[in-house]
Amino acid sequence: MAHVELRELRRSFGNVHALQGINLTLETGEFVSLLGPSGCGKTTALRLVAGFDRPDSGSILVDERDITDKSPNRRDMGMVFQAYSLFPNMTAEQNVEYGLRVRKQPKDGRRTRVRELLELVGLADAGKRYPYQLSGGMQQRVALARALAIEPSVLLLDEPLSALDAKVRVQLREEIRRIQLELGITTIYVTHDQEEALSISDRVAVMYGGKIEQVGTPPEMYGSPATPFVAEFIGTMNRLEGRVVEEGAIDYSGVMLRVDAARGLPRGERVLCLIRPETVEVVLADGPAPPGAFSGDVASSTFLGSTTRVRVADGDRMLTADISTAEAAPLSVGARVVATFPADSPRLLALADGTPTSTPDPDAQ
Amino acid sequence: MRRPRISLSAVVWLTLGAAYFIIPLVATGLFSLRDVQTGKCCSLAAYDEIIHSSAFWTTIKLSFRLSVETIVVSLLLFVPTIYWVHLKLPRMRPVVSFLALIPFVIPPIILVVGLLGFFKDTIHAPFWYLGNPNYFLVTAYVILAFPYVFFSLDAGFRAIDVHTLTEASQSLGASWRTTLLRVILPNIKVAALSAAFLTLAIVMGEFTIATLAAFHTFSTYIAEIQQTEAYPAAAVSLLSFLITWLAMGSILLIGRQRRVGDAVAVAEVEH
Repeated sequence: MAHVELRELRRSFGNVHALQGINLTLETGEFVSLLGPSGCGKTTALRLVAGFDRPDSGSILVDERDITDKSPNRRDMGMVFQAYSLFPNMTAEQNVEYGLRVRKQPKDGRRTRVRELLELVGLADAGKRYPYQLSGGMQQRVALARALAIEPSVLLLDEPLSALDAKVRVQLREEIRRIQLELGITTIYVTHDQEEALSISDRVAVMYGGKIEQVGTPPEMYGSPATPFVAEFIGTMNRLEGRVVEEGAIDYSGVMLRVDAARGLPRGERVLCLIRPETVEVVLADGPAPPGAFSGDVASSTFLGSTTRVRVADGDRMLTADISTAEAAPLSVGARVVATFPADSPRLLALADGTPTSTPDPDAQ
Repeated sequence: MRRPRISLSAVVWLTLGAAYFIIPLVATGLFSLRDVQTGKCCSLAAYDEIIHSSAFWTTIKLSFRLSVETIVVSLLLFVPTIYWVHLKLPRMRPVVSFLALIPFVIPPIILVVGLLGFFKDTIHAPFWYLGNPNYFLVTAYVILAFPYVFFSLDAGFRAIDVHTLTEASQSLGASWRTTLLRVILPNIKVAALSAAFLTLAIVMGEFTIATLAAFHTFSTYIAEIQQTEAYPAAAVSLLSFLITWLAMGSILLIGRQRRVGDAVAVAEVEH
């Protein structure tokens, strides 16, 4: 049975259609991330679930009960916010205890619960401190403990790590997942960081322009993107626009590329060929380029640690490859190289004539 | 830690500034210490006369009571209003801010004439309302204090993240009332105190409205005594200064206690 269900949710602000009919179902104990760029509607969707805003149409169901018109204080949902939201006039303990006090729970039970939760988030010793005495990461841990204290049926997290530095972010997101698994609480997590979403979610829903583009497990989203936007938003992707020219081959601005996925497609069909940079190999050219390979000059080489991102350019044509740093050593900028990829690795998306293919720069993530 | 050096010009300007405020006070103080009979220094006779005057105690009690009533009504009226404006109607903030400036630009004499005309002739308010300072004067003083209350509270609300705190409280199951009382009010405490003490200072010293509406308050008592007894009038003026200073001092003290508390707490964390 679905625990949380979002049915055809729509919400507009004047002429801006923030949500254009989204549908999403969460099973009990599932961790689903709403992922997308700024303005895609992910936070609007979360606020509707939390009850801070009302949809223009559509409904929200928890355990098959319609809660669309319930006020936020009657929804039994814990929320962690993007901004630091601890009550400044209360200590960490008092913050965690707040929801229990509002619910008029007995004092002894409250104390025990507060202690348990602060231990759970690793802050057993910081209970007497005020928010301004805690670091950003500690504040968000207390906020998580506070949200969990009321034993909510659903946990909502609105970009809780975006204000933290990179190291703390990675550490805390793993803790959030650990705690979520430990408590088995159904969780909706909003983020614009695809790495964050892929690393901790059971399923990811990618949103764009007020719609859910695709919902799937992290490997599905990475390996089988359903739309050009998802392909580009999840991980880095080469996007080569071409036409099917023969069985298993496409023409990319005059270069013939072998692509298994093109088999069975009608000749002349416009396609978007998606190639992950890690599947591309680059070697120094020693003679004329073999048929079906992409030859060009190294336009740039970016050191990323264990891998190096090499961009190979041939006029307007460009192909990006992530290769091991050792292999990239001889590939200096300007060197003549040949780039190849296994014919079975690219994914093809059919493009109707006139379909725009430009979406945000994948490297911006 | 090395102390920053203060330049000579800063010392000169600070001294001049301080002198501008201090010299009249010292002069008033010395004047109030002259003997009521002989006019020679120094005697506490003027203070003795004031302290034993029943009119002094009656009027100061009345003004203090009016102050407290004005503060209570103002806070009850404006805290929820400004909270709501910040939370739900942020676009209305400039409008409310403009409205708050009106009592500044309308002279009190015009205000009282307008109010009396409105209550007497337009809505025919009964005498028990118009003749009772606790009703009519408090109404006028709430309007008069509106700019001070609004700008103090507005600064307090702007210093906190009203939206997030409210939503966090509601998501934990709290009602609007609980959120306002347990989360919002404690976090705008200093702003509310500031508004309260500014209102106290205004009401204690308000003269025009009280005189024109024919009420005998502390300020009308000072004006009256000034015309008849010079030395006690100076003593009363100094006492009223003292009351205002005490009010201001309490704001400073409360603000300082919080900052000192912060510093101690941060130092503990750093260790």
